[in-house]
Amino acid sequence: MYANALASWRGHPFVRRFSRTLGEVMAYVILAVGAIVMVLPFVWMISTSLKEAGEVFSYPPRLIPSHLAFHNYVDAWRAAPFGRYFFNSLFVATSVTLGQLISCSLAAYAFARMNFPGKALLFTAFLSTLMIPRQITLIPSFLVLRELHWLDTYYALIVPFIASAFGTFMLRQTFMSIPRELEDAAKLDGCSRLGFLWRVMLPLSRPTLASLALFTFMGNWNSYLWPLIMTNSQKMRTLQIGLRFLVCQEGGTNWGMLMAATVVVSIPILIFYLFVQKQFVESLTFTGIGG
Amino acid sequence: MGRAISITPRLLIFQRFRRGALREQALWAYIFLSGSLLGLLVFWVFPIVAAFGLSFVKWSLLSPPKWAGISNFRRLLNDPYFWNALKNTFYYVAGVMPGIAISLFLAVLLNQGLKFTTFYRTIYYLPTITMWVAIALVWKWLYSPQYGLVNWVLSLFGIHGPAWLSDPKWAMPAQIFVSWWKGAGYNMVIFLAGLQGIPQIYYEAAAIDGANWWQRFRHITLPLLTPTIYFVVVMTFIGSFGVFAQIYIMTEGGPGQATTTIMYYLYNNAFKYFDIGYADVLAIAFFVIVFIFTIIQAKLQERWVHYT
Repeated sequence: MYANALASWRGHPFVRRFSRTLGEVMAYVILAVGAIVMVLPFVWMISTSLKEAGEVFSYPPRLIPSHLAFHNYVDAWRAAPFGRYFFNSLFVATSVTLGQLISCSLAAYAFARMNFPGKALLFTAFLSTLMIPRQITLIPSFLVLRELHWLDTYYALIVPFIASAFGTFMLRQTFMSIPRELEDAAKLDGCSRLGFLWRVMLPLSRPTLASLALFTFMGNWNSYLWPLIMTNSQKMRTLQIGLRFLVCQEGGTNWGMLMAATVVVSIPILIFYLFVQKQFVESLTFTGIGG
Repeated sequence: MGRAISITPRLLIFQRFRRGALREQALWAYIFLSGSLLGLLVFWVFPIVAAFGLSFVKWSLLSPPKWAGISNFRRLLNDPYFWNALKNTFYYVAGVMPGIAISLFLAVLLNQGLKFTTFYRTIYYLPTITMWVAIALVWKWLYSPQYGLVNWVLSLFGIHGPAWLSDPKWAMPAQIFVSWWKGAGYNMVIFLAGLQGIPQIYYEAAAIDGANWWQRFRHITLPLLTPTIYFVVVMTFIGSFGVFAQIYIMTEGGPGQATTTIMYYLYNNAFKYFDIGYADVLAIAFFVIVFIFTIIQAKLQERWVHYT
């Protein structure tokens, strides 16, 4: 009887609307609290970067500096060659991305559209490298690069990442979905293989190429262990390694300057992200799912 | 010349042409593959083979390598630091896993068709985009025992926060929390993609049957999302087992050995003590453990993942 009463009470349109609104309000509150937790560290980073040394250690902490200490940015810029670090990170990530797009498209085209002895075996070999965690190849790769005298050069940061089984696999899937009739037609028109790949296949695969490019670029831009091991001179350091060495050299007490350096290092990619955030989210996730 | 061809049977010409074309095609295929093949051979296949060879030598890089038999493996089994690093790594991985539930929860909230969904997604994704050094540095500052924001916020609730990163008991939980924070948005977006793949018609049917939100979540969303959950669990496991950058920057494996993970211990052995053979055995141990757990997860998956 109680259950019946409760059920009819719950079914009342007013109650239903009220509980739905209540649920929505709760959802908004939870999402807002979550958003604050996500953003606060960034806000705190920027706030600290604009504080004088004395105010950094004030208690209770103040969110808005009493006066803006922009000199922290000047100090950070002078303390380490960030221009060079930027160039290194950008040059390495761009080279890897371009190299990977070229090598992967060529290989993917061969796997998707050509017949040759050993195709199945080679493709399986390509795929099986995806099962192996990169960590196990770390030390032998270091030794290979050492033998080649490539340690502490751009080669060490770029060449090992040009070939990618993952990228090849992704592009192959896309290439296979392009109708074969197009190729026959192009051949009749006297289009060479490379010409067909360049003029037909690649333009039709633009979304996959863009995803792969962004994924590769970000992966490389954020890589830490590899450049840490493979470089040791200041002029070869990437942003990540450069910032880390600045901390060592500072002893980690000058938080105003360190946070200014952190802002400088992380802002460009964040701005880039805010402009093309839809593409970012889609490519990073769907490339993840694709693998 | 023209005469010679005209007396050859047409089929034969065609076959010869075809064979020539096939050979030409194979040649081009190999040319197209050559770059990738060379790269994978030198920087994947060879290192993997070499990794097994290196585990049997003693080598400091300064003098030529010496044959060591299985002594590196024996040392591994009796090395308390290795077992400690393994324990820490599992502690970390086990701590990171519940973060997946947070991502799932956020994804379900964002999938309700509320306003500002894109705005929230953008915000939650910010830490994923940012590089580890920046994040680790900011959190090191946030965790500062006296001047850090974390302990100040706790003090508002009357809690006296510990010295997070220099307390052996709290250093690892602090690391785990940062990983939650950084990974929440990434997994959330993957879950959102999975949620959007669930046909609306199931929910409509459940609404007609009078199912409440929990029943809908429990009997529709969760089962249909299991393939995505499985994917996220496996990727999180593999990713967090190799945790390195945040450890290296925030705690350097300390205090003491409290946050020394396998990768951090490997890095120290290889590039600080230059004990290449032993570091290589650690890499193999890493690989074997990840491999075994991936297989176990793939087996268990048959029991709880529903493919429609």
